[in-house]
Amino acid sequence: MLNPDSVGRTFPGSDAVTVTQSQIDAFAAVVGQSDTSVAPPTFAIRITLDQSQAILSNPEIGLDWTRVVHGDQRFEIHTPIKAGDTFRCSSTIENYKVAAGNEIVTVRSDLHKGGALAVATWSTLVVRA
Amino acid sequence: MVDFSGARMIEVGSVLPTQVFTLDRALLKAYADASGDQNPIHQNEEFAVSVGLPNVIAHGMLTMALVGKYVTDWAGGAAQVHEFSARFIKPVIVPANENVDLTISATIASIEDGKIKLDIIATSAGVKVLGMAKAVVTKK
Repeated sequence: MLNPDSVGRTFPGSDAVTVTQSQIDAFAAVVGQSDTSVAPPTFAIRITLDQSQAILSNPEIGLDWTRVVHGDQRFEIHTPIKAGDTFRCSSTIENYKVAAGNEIVTVRSDLHKGGALAVATWSTLVVRA
Repeated sequence: MVDFSGARMIEVGSVLPTQVFTLDRALLKAYADASGDQNPIHQNEEFAVSVGLPNVIAHGMLTMALVGKYVTDWAGGAAQVHEFSARFIKPVIVPANENVDLTISATIASIEDGKIKLDIIATSAGVKVLGMAKAVVTKK
């Protein structure tokens, strides 16, 4: 179970992450996007899901990632992602509830580029009972 | 004023052309590698069944990425997409050696200061797989 003290708190991600052209190319190739000067709109998930997994799996927070399914996802893209961009990530546990034994956690993860918010993401994760 | 861009009108209620994407196990593997999400429910049938799924299922985020491509194409580039959201209501089931459809259409829900809000419908094998799928774009 999630530590209730973690709800509402913001956690910094690990080290800064730099996006490479080959990462964008691989992601774009899967969906058939030929212009890779800008990353596909959902590319941020490649960074934020890793970061929120690392944060939420921390024993102090205690989410059981092995039983997580993805409930919903939202992106607000203020600045499109390009190769060479370096981001710092922070994740905030915005909401938490238990319904029919399932834990439902909403995590907001922000990608900051040089101090400005580039992409905000919200993931609702369901930890199945 | 009505904006004529291409053959179709861009006004509230306009319906965008339907596009069909094809998914197979190879695409799921490619998405796993490109996204870093190597959860075995998207690649290993035995594992998927052992956790109560009918078969291997596509990553919800792969479904969303393909819808993102649909939206990107219509808007005229990935940089035109400002907001994008969806709920994963049913899995896209991908049996071995089969091609599975993801059929996408959209309707213009609102236009405000050049920002076009799309309501998107995505189905696979006739079943709606995304709920509340929406995007906000500016069209190039």
